[in-house]
Amino acid sequence: MYLIEAEKVTFAYGQEKVLDNISFTVNKGDFVGILGPNGSGKTTLIRTVLGILKPQKGRIKILGTDMQKFSEWREIGYLEQKTNPPVLMPLTAFEVARLGLLSTKNYPKIFNKQDNAKTLEAMQKTGCEKFKNKLFSQLSGGQQQRVLLARTIINNPSLIILDEPSTALDSTSRESFFRLVSDLNAKSGTTVLLITHDTAEIGRYVNKFLILDKEIIFYGDKQSFCVSPAVTEYFGPYAQHVMDHLHSKTCCPFKEETK
Amino acid sequence: MSFAEFLSFAFVQKAIIAGVLIAVVTSILGVFLVLKRLSLIGDSLSHVALSGVALGLVTQTSPVFMAVPIVMLSSLGIYKITQATKTYTDSALGIVSAAGISAGIIIAALAGGFNVDLLSFLFGSILTVGTGELVMAAVLTVAILAVVYIFYNELIALVFDENFAKTSGVNVNRINTLLVLTASVAVVIALRVVGIMLVSAMIIIPPVAALQLADNFKKTLILASSFSIVGVLCGIYFSFLLNIPSGAVIILFDLLILAVCAAIKKYADKKRKIA
Repeated sequence: MYLIEAEKVTFAYGQEKVLDNISFTVNKGDFVGILGPNGSGKTTLIRTVLGILKPQKGRIKILGTDMQKFSEWREIGYLEQKTNPPVLMPLTAFEVARLGLLSTKNYPKIFNKQDNAKTLEAMQKTGCEKFKNKLFSQLSGGQQQRVLLARTIINNPSLIILDEPSTALDSTSRESFFRLVSDLNAKSGTTVLLITHDTAEIGRYVNKFLILDKEIIFYGDKQSFCVSPAVTEYFGPYAQHVMDHLHSKTCCPFKEETK
Repeated sequence: MSFAEFLSFAFVQKAIIAGVLIAVVTSILGVFLVLKRLSLIGDSLSHVALSGVALGLVTQTSPVFMAVPIVMLSSLGIYKITQATKTYTDSALGIVSAAGISAGIIIAALAGGFNVDLLSFLFGSILTVGTGELVMAAVLTVAILAVVYIFYNELIALVFDENFAKTSGVNVNRINTLLVLTASVAVVIALRVVGIMLVSAMIIIPPVAALQLADNFKKTLILASSFSIVGVLCGIYFSFLLNIPSGAVIILFDLLILAVCAAIKKYADKKRKIA
């Protein structure tokens, strides 16, 4: 069973087609890096996969269930590109992180002491327990991102979807952020879908690339990426540069062949 | 007249109980509405309530009972207009508000103009609250607070980030609908306290005052309710002493509380910057 199965997915905002006949599958334990220029449909793809947007055509299954009927939300952790809560939102960092447990609760969905302990544990993992009692709105962008990552991983989900998570982080935090996600993938078998422009980092951790520009340009493992004619054709004169850039972190065989 | 003497009147006791219940329910819902940028829903729905009240007076049925279903349907209308036309919520609020007030004026004009009863709904007259209205306020308050308790964390998730709420299994449509429906009921039961003209102020001002000082969500709800109760009690007392409409006095006290809270916040922010 595939963890994600997208079949001929098409999505348009009005007349503008953003995803065109997209098909791909993600296996359990995959770490997929999604790359593409601005406006290529990366965020739309993720939102469609998660059922936030409904595709005009095609079908998506998550954990073997049709997206429209999917209910096992505790198995999914999602960190959005931008979170813009109300400026005066009176939630502490702790309260925000704890919201990640909402999908595990039955009515009335009230949190208990065990939930609080779990929240603290997740905050410790992402290094944000020091400011747990501060208002979320008063934290810096990087601190907020750590809190949101704690919220994302709190249930030990089978699938983590991260949409440009490292943009607000400094280089040290970015390094520890990627290491944490990579550890979850390696040790717990968590499947990760990561949208990023951080090509210097992505190659080090992912085992598959998905290059998107309204349609799938390439989807496959790192080795195939480095010898793909589709990638060469898409990037044109920059193909070698892109491959080298990603290659320096990926250990793919391409560089050996080009020497 | 001393405060103790004032409290000894049966109609005052009724007014205070009704006022406190309504203060709690409007301020708690108000916190969610303000944060969801739906503050002005109270304004729009109160205008719709005018047509319900006018219809009740014309047909000689209970104006409040008549207003409840009309306002509830209109609140769903706001939600549907926003979804169907992809327009901004404030535009939908404006549309429904205009429709409500136009209908109210037409009904009142056809019935021979604005009479004393209609004016009491425009400006509020909590000191004339009857036992039936008090019981209805109590039942509706308990029902609304039960809804808030059951869906408390889902409401918070919805207000914080709707996409996150969706991917946490929250039925966003259902919670949004519940929020506007409970708001519409709260608006109608608050009409007797502050009147159609000022009901939105009761939903907005105490939560905004609480948001200046609170450092977590529960504290916000407690502060908002407390501020609203203080405003209602002071408003009832002084409106009785000065023989002026209760609604206006309640809102003036709410504004005074907001000013004090804003000043405290400004001072605290300044102190934090220096530290």
